[in-house]
Amino acid sequence: MSSRDKILAAVAANQPGKVDLPDINFLKGSPGNHAEKFIAILTAIGGKAIEVSSFDDIKAYIKQAAKPGDRVVSTFSEISDCAELINNYAGLPHDLQDIELAVIGAALGVAENGAVWVKGDLLSQRVVPFICQHLAVVLKKDEIVATMHDAYEKIGDEDYGFSTFIAGPSKTADIEQSLVLGAHGPRTMTVFIMNAGA
Amino acid sequence: MAQSIKDHDDKTLPLQGAGGLDHAALSDVFNLDEDRVDWHDETLWWIRQKRDKAVHQLPEWESLRETASQIKNNVLSDLNNYLQQFEAKATANGIKIHWAADAKEHNEIVLSLLQSKQVKQMVKSKSMLTEECHLNEFLAENGIDVIDSDLGERIVQLAKEPPSHIVLPCIHKKKEEIGELFHIHLGTPAGNADPQFLTETARQHLRETFLTRRAALTGVNFAVAETGEFVVCTNEGNADMGAHLADIHIASMGIEKIIPERKHLGVFLRLLTRSATGQPITTYSSHFSKPRPGQEMHIIIVDNGRTVQLGREDFRNSLKCIRCGACMNTCPVYRRSGGHSYHNAISGPIGSILAPNLDMEKYADLPFASTLCGSCSNVCPVKIDIHQQLYKWRQVIVKNGYATTAKKASMRLMSFTLSTPSVYHAGGKAGRWVLKHAPFAVNNKFNPWYKHRDMPEPPKESFGEWYAKNKTGK
Repeated sequence: MSSRDKILAAVAANQPGKVDLPDINFLKGSPGNHAEKFIAILTAIGGKAIEVSSFDDIKAYIKQAAKPGDRVVSTFSEISDCAELINNYAGLPHDLQDIELAVIGAALGVAENGAVWVKGDLLSQRVVPFICQHLAVVLKKDEIVATMHDAYEKIGDEDYGFSTFIAGPSKTADIEQSLVLGAHGPRTMTVFIMNAGA
Repeated sequence: MAQSIKDHDDKTLPLQGAGGLDHAALSDVFNLDEDRVDWHDETLWWIRQKRDKAVHQLPEWESLRETASQIKNNVLSDLNNYLQQFEAKATANGIKIHWAADAKEHNEIVLSLLQSKQVKQMVKSKSMLTEECHLNEFLAENGIDVIDSDLGERIVQLAKEPPSHIVLPCIHKKKEEIGELFHIHLGTPAGNADPQFLTETARQHLRETFLTRRAALTGVNFAVAETGEFVVCTNEGNADMGAHLADIHIASMGIEKIIPERKHLGVFLRLLTRSATGQPITTYSSHFSKPRPGQEMHIIIVDNGRTVQLGREDFRNSLKCIRCGACMNTCPVYRRSGGHSYHNAISGPIGSILAPNLDMEKYADLPFASTLCGSCSNVCPVKIDIHQQLYKWRQVIVKNGYATTAKKASMRLMSFTLSTPSVYHAGGKAGRWVLKHAPFAVNNKFNPWYKHRDMPEPPKESFGEWYAKNKTGK
């Protein structure tokens, strides 16, 4: 008998009588404007929120933040004059190691924890939001939901190869519980909150 | 401190009862440095307080815990179906599923996958399961070099120690000791113990590792039966850096990591990090469904005693654990004895109810390493009745004859004394006489009760004597 069959047989023999799943609908948050809370939580976990009304505002930010020679990449054609478009990047993920700033999109934000949902399949390489020194994410203001339950309701049965919640910059407190930003991933995380109608 | 642990080249700690040290003896070693114990205690209590602060911001916290507990009860009751559903979905998504009955088979699967790709070096993010299986030692014996990429795990790896905490692997180490390790192994200036500087050094050192390793192994926090995806949570981004750069990604999971549907992730991701560190969520909660083009993705589903635990009615719900570590941070014994005193991959209260299932003789001491205060059960995000299971394990262990000789003898003596009134009264009298007239006979190092305590003032008479006197005096 294979290990698979052995394990499954042992599970079947030892599992207790069937217990029903609980209903989790009561956990949903309230609809409404959650941007204020999102900004407060994101700031508290070491991220930075900037409200913008157009991609011109984002371009102005990049021009001020990036030094000449810095590799700035993006998935937005709107800012292709100040960032390298990586939508059709066909190289190795390793060759993205020198990215200074990546500007990518997020499908939704979660007010209770400051996380944004990044669809890895829209990036040519999944490693982009992790390997860059600084990460910036563009999020529509009306895509911010209250809680994780609301987030998963929006995600639904979306089919993806890889997606991730990102909440703030990479961090560690493994040395005597001293918080240090920039462990292995980005040292900073900025969320551009795009006003509705922009 | 913990000289006896540090000196171990391999991570296997001695067999208790076979000449090795048990929890009490290992705690003695940790307690030699009282300042360190105080610091360890305060640090963990501070994390417990951060957990409280985060939890109190959610009015629905208790119903979240109850919901999570019920979901996990459902999982355990229908695990056979869920495992097959997960396997079918993941396979359809292009992930290769492997099954391992025990640690040995798990390790051999990892080795054969690496050998099939001619890989000699692997980067690994945090996985308590691979600690349980002693994977690193096995791979080292077979010529494979493993680098742990979580900063805390890398630190204990450099120190040749096992992690002392499932979430905070090097919580027992002072920054000066870490600075010294980095000086020896990574060439940092002697005496530099600045956490910012040391973390930056590790970042540079491990970035090189990520870029050059063709194989990455990660743990699994949650595996979704409905979709075949698995979720890996880190703050550092190390699991993602490893997985997205490697040609082959291996994810190791115990059979109990299953949750039924994607939407249930909402419940567990809300609970996990608030319970662990007081953060609202980890920086990264990555959902892996399919390998990236050109990459291989493998999942190893491991039993290693879990199906046996599933069959133990009193203990099966220990399998609901989501490895947040809250029970350790709150435990008065863990905080003052250190994770290594549990001589098991998973320490603290949860480790003490999981370990006897794996080896009742080797871990017979662990269920006794508790005051049964119940704080662990109160903070557990999935409502495992940890302290009650500790109490029940004690009974199972004694019944099966695994208690130490001294414990058996003292329990027999106590049982005889308590059931024989004349002996009980004579014993009490003798005790009071000794405390009064010959205190040196008990106030010495041969009396374990005297350690860290003063013996009480002896009362003039027992309650029995007082009652007899006052009753007749009426």
